[in-house]
Amino acid sequence: MEVLIALAIGILTACGVYLVLRARTFPVVLGLTLLSYGVNLFLFAAGRLAVGRPPVIAAGSPGYTDPLPQALVLTAIVIGFAMTAFVIVLAIKARSELGNDHVDGSHGP
Amino acid sequence: MGPGMSHLAVLPLLLPLLTGTLLLLLRRLDIRIRRGLAFASLAGLIGLALLLTRVVDGGEILVYTLGDWPAPFGIVLVADRLAVWLLLATALLALPALFYAIQGGAGAIDRDGRHFHVLFQLELFGLNGAFLTGDLFNLFVFFEVLLIASYGLLLHGGGRARTRAGLHYVVLNLAGSTLFLFAVGTLFGVLGTLNMADLAVRVAAAPPESAPLVRAAGLLLFGVFALKAALIPLHLWLPAAYAETGAAVAALFAVMTKVGAYSILRVSTLVFGPQAGVGADLIQPWLLPLGLATLAAGIVGVMGSDRLRRQVAYLVVASVGTLVAGLGLGTAPGIGAGLYYLPHSAFAAAAFFILADLIARQRGALGDRLDPGPILGRHWTLAGLFFVLSVLVVGLPPLSGFVGKFLILRAALEQPAAPWVLGTVLGCGLLGLMAMARSGSLIFYRATEPGPEPVHASASAARPPPPPPSARGLAPITLLLALAVALTLWAGPLFDYTRATAEQLLDPAEYIQAVLGAGP
Repeated sequence: MEVLIALAIGILTACGVYLVLRARTFPVVLGLTLLSYGVNLFLFAAGRLAVGRPPVIAAGSPGYTDPLPQALVLTAIVIGFAMTAFVIVLAIKARSELGNDHVDGSHGP
Repeated sequence: MGPGMSHLAVLPLLLPLLTGTLLLLLRRLDIRIRRGLAFASLAGLIGLALLLTRVVDGGEILVYTLGDWPAPFGIVLVADRLAVWLLLATALLALPALFYAIQGGAGAIDRDGRHFHVLFQLELFGLNGAFLTGDLFNLFVFFEVLLIASYGLLLHGGGRARTRAGLHYVVLNLAGSTLFLFAVGTLFGVLGTLNMADLAVRVAAAPPESAPLVRAAGLLLFGVFALKAALIPLHLWLPAAYAETGAAVAALFAVMTKVGAYSILRVSTLVFGPQAGVGADLIQPWLLPLGLATLAAGIVGVMGSDRLRRQVAYLVVASVGTLVAGLGLGTAPGIGAGLYYLPHSAFAAAAFFILADLIARQRGALGDRLDPGPILGRHWTLAGLFFVLSVLVVGLPPLSGFVGKFLILRAALEQPAAPWVLGTVLGCGLLGLMAMARSGSLIFYRATEPGPEPVHASASAARPPPPPPSARGLAPITLLLALAVALTLWAGPLFDYTRATAEQLLDPAEYIQAVLGAGP
């Protein structure tokens, strides 16, 4: 499971970085979204992966998972969501004001 | 510590947050009432910061445990000398910026959109939170608060150039936030805590096999803070963003790069100081070379600018370089000198942004381009201000820029890197002086009387010359200059304070004891 999660985070981040480096706003926004997915999974995995454990100490349970990363991820998701919404609106505004969707607003091919 | 005293530490957050919320609810009210509220909040913030300064000046560290959760488990706010110094600088800088934003009658900056005052208060909320928090994840949250407010302020008023610069700024900072989260996640995964005092303890006690992860996370954090502080090679976003936005906003943003410098200083002394075991001296060795390189790159930008506001934005980059070089000296006199230089550079840059705007507004299509233009209204007043501000920003005697640079150079003399520091700082000062002299002569000395009116009298009638700045229009600059003069006159006591701040930072045991020892 660790390998799978690590691969997923790695692929998400790599795709995110590639897309962020593109020259048009839509791929850049998608890339930022993928990056935030990758980092959310990463934060979640920072508390170690465990299956079937309660997030708080319970009687008769062999252990518990760390609840803090889940709280961190929740915060990061909310912030990431808001920022994505903002950057999409900004990208649309840039498209309408600059006349094209190049990140520098210049005339691309 | 009195029982109610620690509550002082949370008030600089509550005041702008509540005022911002209230302003959002009252957005349909008359603008004078909203301005009054915004100024009342700011006056309160300045009062609070002065009060806090008196409290922490004795060496006390105020710790406020949110929700009364004991330290490593809950979030704490920590008001030590450093945090309070920055709170005070921010509040004092915000006053003239806000004052400039309400100038100009119907064309005032805060009338361009309905939410200027809300965003301004939330920006202050984010800044104060970033300075006060004692928790790394909470620092991330406050960074996001101040960033989203800054996105709104940066784009305030709209326009093509502003949108283009804003897009770059937003995307870069979102990428930076992602890196911040990766660093935070790594530190939490290895050490199991995010409270900065607790992190300091655990990094120092970490086993050697965790060294690569801890060091990678620490350097990642440094990268993120360097992006916020606009250190080379992550400084290229700043000139475009600051040159295109409104002058009042740019004046407030003069303190934004200082948040990055603050975070670097806090993390490098508290968590990755010399006593930090596997993370010992992780960030410190980078600061001096990067600071000097940023200074040099900033001055090259100053010399190469063809527009005044871009030139001032590059002066901000150069001042960050000087500041970080001071911090990079790593000794109490060096860090103290850097901290003395910090408010000076913010005040000087803010005053210059406002002056550049006053000049550009009168030159019509020529704007702030560095070309000879018409003679301006109140020509010689503006020219005099330009001269004084140039002296201030370049660091010639007798103003605070000189004192700050002198303190940094004096601290550098004891170090092996002294030739590099002296050479770069003095050389860049000379180049900056030449660049500012050139700009001043182009704008003021080579200004000509407007030529004979063109044949179409109707065209000139349609565009009346813009009114010269009134005495009220010059008041924000005067206020900032007064602050710089105060920095100069009381340089002794203020440097004593920043030096004591540096000593407090270099001995993090006190901070750790204050946070972790503050039981329920």
